[in-house]
Amino acid sequence: MINNANNAWVLLSAALILFMTVPALGLFYGGLVKRKNVLSVLMQSFASLIVVSLLWVIVGYSLAFSPTELIPGVLGDFRWFFLNGIGPNDPSPYTVSAPHAPVAHLSFVLFQCMFAVITPAVVSGALAERMKFSSFLAFSVIWLFVVYIPLAHMAWSQNGLFAKMGLMDYAGGTVVEINSGFSALAAALLLGRRTNLKPVPPHNLTFTLTGAAMLWFGWFGFNAGSGLAADGLASSAFLMTNTAAAAAALVWAGLDWILQKKPTILGAASGAVAGLVVITPAAGFVSLPGALLLGFAAGAVCYVFVVVIKNKLGYDDSLDAFGVHGIAGVLGTVGTGLFAAPFITKPFGMNNGNGFTGLFFGNPSALGVQALATFTAMIWAFAGTFVIFLVLKKTMGLRVTPKEEAIGLDITQHNERAYTVIE
Amino acid sequence: MKLIVAIIQPFRLEEVKEALYAADVQLITVSEVLGHGRQGGVTEVYRGNKETGNLLRKIRLEIAVNEEYVDKTIRAIIDGAKTGELGDGKIFVYHLEDCIRIRTEERGPAAIG
Repeated sequence: MINNANNAWVLLSAALILFMTVPALGLFYGGLVKRKNVLSVLMQSFASLIVVSLLWVIVGYSLAFSPTELIPGVLGDFRWFFLNGIGPNDPSPYTVSAPHAPVAHLSFVLFQCMFAVITPAVVSGALAERMKFSSFLAFSVIWLFVVYIPLAHMAWSQNGLFAKMGLMDYAGGTVVEINSGFSALAAALLLGRRTNLKPVPPHNLTFTLTGAAMLWFGWFGFNAGSGLAADGLASSAFLMTNTAAAAAALVWAGLDWILQKKPTILGAASGAVAGLVVITPAAGFVSLPGALLLGFAAGAVCYVFVVVIKNKLGYDDSLDAFGVHGIAGVLGTVGTGLFAAPFITKPFGMNNGNGFTGLFFGNPSALGVQALATFTAMIWAFAGTFVIFLVLKKTMGLRVTPKEEAIGLDITQHNERAYTVIE
Repeated sequence: MKLIVAIIQPFRLEEVKEALYAADVQLITVSEVLGHGRQGGVTEVYRGNKETGNLLRKIRLEIAVNEEYVDKTIRAIIDGAKTGELGDGKIFVYHLEDCIRIRTEERGPAAIG
């Protein structure tokens, strides 16, 4: 029997996650690019929403979450093709903290749809200001099936490879964050650097901070919704999410203050997102010290990676999709294996009544599973995206022409401009 | 007739306008421009990328005047814009060939005021 209270919260959470993709992520990224490219960035997020929403209900959900499988542990089958056999009053076969009070199956379909929507949108941060829109569309379609759906199946479906091993990935450290981050790295390497990559200030940091704030807001749905119940575990995940974001923002802006003389708005916004990423796999497993330490670590490590290491390596991850999502995703997924506190999940009877336990609470084997899933997700995302980009490069091409890049993608890809000079 | 062009600090615009109105100079064109003089550009830092030599925001005034107003106008701009610091700006004075008021098609000095 569907539990209406839980169902209401998960429906709201799905809407919150949609809000993270459009407009939040679009604004966060859009503010960072030149004014001639802002629409092209917004459109990549919006296109992810459109394309993935359709593919998901037709066949994506079935392939990702069907318990019957085409490839055992890796890929579901067509059992729920076109949502066939899922009625409006059917309870979800998936529950987390409230196995006896499930949400509607359709709510779970929608909730997971929004995760699939935002992930290619995150990747788009590495592609900004030079990729053809047609190639981005082709990428997002192929990538959903080749990279995202198998990873989601492995981590979250009933018979998934890592789900069966006891992987702790509360809201997508592997499926969303490592996945998008390492895909972004492969994409940036194959796409090449932007021409004339001389420093130009972000065209609107007000957008970027607004976008970051909206991401923070939407992330409550992402993380606190992932227990699929409006219970105390949702409150706990909500609180850990907020805490980690604040801790990472403090560290990043603080390091800016110490090392670059001023606490920057961009630093605070970037740090907050890094903190939200790091707590994503951990939100429903860790207690307050774990959330704080993960947040501090994400702020510091991502800062060093984005500000120091990336600028030395020379690849052009335009908006730091890898540096923030990839790096903090690894930290968070591995960190969950350290900090998972059994007293958080035990009251909900999770993990057969024992609660999920990390290394620091006496379960070293948890770290092994987390590390294996992390490593697999890194390789899977990087290799899958690398091959897709290679094929696209040989067939339809990846980049706009140098002249189009100079004119700007808004005009050349969409025939529109964001700002007029007169009237 | 002269065309007086002045580049001033944005935060002095209100004082300059007041001084011009006090000198009975009412007709001005104002635009936002970028540039720098001897104080140099500024360095901005974005995710650790230092961007040097960024141009500063300035205000450009254009004022067309008849001869008897030239000195009054220059005085008013100096009174409003001067702080004594680097970056206060400059005033350029051009000879003005002609002036036409579009509404009435008047030409020359009569069209200016």
